Amino acid sequence: MAKFKKREKEMPGIQTSSLPDIVFMLIFFFMVATVIRQNTLLVKNMRPQATEVTKVEQKSLTEYLYMGAPVQRDVYGDAPKLQLDDAFARVDEVRAFVERKRADTDPKLRTKITWSLKVDVDTRMGIVTEVKQELRKADALKINYSANQKIEQ
Amino acid sequence: MAKRNVPEINSGSMADIAFLLLIFFLVATTIDQDKGILRKLPPMPEEDQEPIEVKANMRNVLFVWVNQNDDLLVKGEPAKIEDLRSIVKNFIDNNGRNPNYSDSPQDAIVSLKNDIGTSYNMYIQVQNEVAAAYRELRDNLATKLYGKKFDELEDKKQVNKVKDAYPMRVSEAEPNISNVN
Repeated sequence: MAKFKKREKEMPGIQTSSLPDIVFMLIFFFMVATVIRQNTLLVKNMRPQATEVTKVEQKSLTEYLYMGAPVQRDVYGDAPKLQLDDAFARVDEVRAFVERKRADTDPKLRTKITWSLKVDVDTRMGIVTEVKQELRKADALKINYSANQKIEQ
Repeated sequence: MAKRNVPEINSGSMADIAFLLLIFFLVATTIDQDKGILRKLPPMPEEDQEPIEVKANMRNVLFVWVNQNDDLLVKGEPAKIEDLRSIVKNFIDNNGRNPNYSDSPQDAIVSLKNDIGTSYNMYIQVQNEVAAAYRELRDNLATKLYGKKFDELEDKKQVNKVKDAYPMRVSEAEPNISNVN
């Protein structure tokens, strides 16, 4: 027994000098992984559920078009609206939006932009079809219907 | 000049500061992967281009119409969304057995048409069921030939072979046509 007691006394304190390094490492991970939401949503955005969803690769090459009923119904009414970047937009502004986003992208990658349609479940197809037609006119053909994964029973 | 003793900076609180930052980034992070159904839109036809006459035999086209009340009409008959997947699968994989369905998977075309008043949710469900039907058929063939699911195939040749066996041919009616019924 005496021997054991002696050992206990020799227990060194835990080295904490490397703690900041470890924490910094974690910080860097989260800093890189963080995407602070760029757009304040002005429209409702409950995505539909589907089973056949795929992940959209490369966030930097994805541009979003939001559609849905405005969040502030008393101000903007019930009719579904289109939101581009940070503001409401008319459907005929889609082409200008496409051109603007293309101009911001590396010329080599311009054809690889995915146009992600984030449409609220309660929206009717009217506005979606109109936007799709505008995208076709702007030759922006690679689109994604944003949806959440549904687990199949 | 008298040399002053520069005191060492106390780094004991460094960990605390770092923790503070860490917590900020933890809270601010949204690892929000965008998921969805990827589709390719057809290019806009040239203005002077004549509409191309589609020579497909009527048996090879599966018309799926959705009206403003989200009711389905498949080949002129009402159907339920739950049955759509099996209907599409039977239609594609018919190989000439049923005279109403396609001659072969290569000839089969699924034609979607929707109304302005169709809900987006219904539209996605229809797209999803059609995609699921193709995925299941491809999975079946891939499992039979290579013992793997279609998504798990790595060899490009194998992928293309399965794709060629079940080419995904989905057309969407032009919206201006869909107004005239």
